Amino acid sequence: MLNSQPPLLQVKNLTKTFPVGKDAHLHAVDQVSFTLQSGESVGLVGESGCGKSTLVRLITRLLDVTAGEIHFDDAILSTIAVRQFPQNPYRAGIQLVFQDPTDSLNPRFTAYDTITEPIKRLSSVQGRQQLQARAAELADLVGLPQDLLSRFPHQLSGGQKARVGIARAIALNPKLLVLDEPTSALDVSVQAVILHLLADLKKRLGMSYLFVSHDLNVVRLLCDRVLVMYLGKIVESGPVEQIFNHPRHPYTEALISAIPSFTAQPHPIPLTGEPRSPINPNPSVCRLYGRCPKGEDLCHQVMPELTELSSNHQAACHFPVSSDLAV
Amino acid sequence: MLAVENLSVEFRTRSGVVKALEAVGFTIQPGETVGIVGESGSGKSVMAFTLLGVLDRAGQVTAGRALFQTDSVAVDLLKEPESSLRQLRGKELSMIFQNPRTALNPIRRVGRQIADVLRCHTDLPEADLRSKALDMLASVRIPDPDKRFDAYPYELSGGLCQRIMIALALACSPHLLIADEPTTGLDVTTQATVMNLIKDLAEQRQMATILITHDLALAAEYCDRIVVMHAGHVVESAPTRSLFTHPRHPYTAKLIAATPEPHKSFAELIPIGGNLPDLKAADLPPCRFSYRCDYFEPSVCNQTPLSREFLSPQHQVACWKPL
Repeated sequence: MLNSQPPLLQVKNLTKTFPVGKDAHLHAVDQVSFTLQSGESVGLVGESGCGKSTLVRLITRLLDVTAGEIHFDDAILSTIAVRQFPQNPYRAGIQLVFQDPTDSLNPRFTAYDTITEPIKRLSSVQGRQQLQARAAELADLVGLPQDLLSRFPHQLSGGQKARVGIARAIALNPKLLVLDEPTSALDVSVQAVILHLLADLKKRLGMSYLFVSHDLNVVRLLCDRVLVMYLGKIVESGPVEQIFNHPRHPYTEALISAIPSFTAQPHPIPLTGEPRSPINPNPSVCRLYGRCPKGEDLCHQVMPELTELSSNHQAACHFPVSSDLAV
Repeated sequence: MLAVENLSVEFRTRSGVVKALEAVGFTIQPGETVGIVGESGSGKSVMAFTLLGVLDRAGQVTAGRALFQTDSVAVDLLKEPESSLRQLRGKELSMIFQNPRTALNPIRRVGRQIADVLRCHTDLPEADLRSKALDMLASVRIPDPDKRFDAYPYELSGGLCQRIMIALALACSPHLLIADEPTTGLDVTTQATVMNLIKDLAEQRQMATILITHDLALAAEYCDRIVVMHAGHVVESAPTRSLFTHPRHPYTAKLIAATPEPHKSFAELIPIGGNLPDLKAADLPPCRFSYRCDYFEPSVCNQTPLSREFLSPQHQVACWKPL
């Protein structure tokens, strides 16, 4: 069923390396492939420094790719230079909601200016009255009182700023909304409101979400499928319930065991030691080797590839966690 | 060990007096971990800064005491002159700040920063400072301490910087540690490592810990008791288990309902309506939660002073109509 229509976003062997000093390259994103269907929400999780943000910046074309392809809709985006992309018609189709609602708003722009900026640049809606009507419509959509449109960011609360950021991102009716930790800077009370808003918008506007977060509880609520990333590689991908209830990769298992909760006392599976260096990594050693509780000889001789373990559930591990518990 | 009584703090600003803390009280015993939770703006950090005597100049303590007692000292932290506070800070009580990257000195090697603390507060000869600092780095499980001693903060990852902060705070074996959001910005695996580390060290040294956080689940996991703050008031304080099984203050119940949990569905995630009241307002109601409360009844809830009833010897709630 999944293959009945072409995916909205298809990423093939995407790689990004940054030069660091002489003959050294930091492999931020390494041979990443995945697809995202129209209307689907995909979560991207992993610890800081694992390449989540670089991947997002590649997909939103804020960075040039080193190798690999990005297909979006019926176009290939990976060949368009970063400088040209803002003029590209597909620019309107992918929009980004940033992590910190305060830092990502121009302090000299009112909420109205911020929301109408992308409309002025990239759409046919022009003229004062039309812009005002559209801004009012967007404000209603994200639950921002219209009289706040004339305010500057410093006159808005954290939740209101988050709403402005979301309104700006949906102003052009994007097909894909990339959310880079949209709630990590917010209080629990506001976070719950914004999560409900995002779920509601998805239903009403039929967008696809690529939801980047390290808060797994939030990902579980909002996503259909999860990609787990570790040091530039995708180590596991699968439906959200599968990943949470029956993780197969040891890293995912450790990640999930470390989620604090106030009902049960979880017993975190310790990942000892520091992560391997992402600079000139040895292509035949598993990235988790050294921190992994398994770590057998095979793990530093052959890099495990993503393999299908059950339907739609893939993990890159030679010794996947047993799925005995799986029904 | 530490008893905070009736603490009130105000900030004089150009647009009015902000009543940041009002009649805040709690106690902490040796070896105990107390969590302080609440939204941003509820006064958690102001309280920590007040206890350490590093409050911004605009802030003023208008009432209250903070009695700090150990084998060697017994003082009211709010009355001590700066010179003696200097002797206490870093030695008897110390703090882990929110953001390790901004709290560490960016142009001093991390090992030296730890040695500085030791030089100030101990009689160790200069020659032993390095080895003691290395011990500290090893005790917070920094791999390869010899190499990391000479690193600058920017060369280290967030998790490592946070561990340096902890080593710094614990270098002189304080009796009281205030950890202000020690794990914000860290991912769950690093968070678990850092928190377990603090917990282990606290147990070994019988150190009391105040954990300031807005992550209820984190507090639930690591604290013996939890103090819930809202708009500068302590609204509820109770042992962790009873707080989560039977929250008595409506705000606590709402906070719990708004926190995503592994077994909660979307429909069970209920946002808290309304905002914190404006703490500059002259007509703040006695119960600062009344604007947002579902059970608000003017004739009952507007009585002054606000009820601070002990429902059991351990469980205090600041509400006229506890759940």
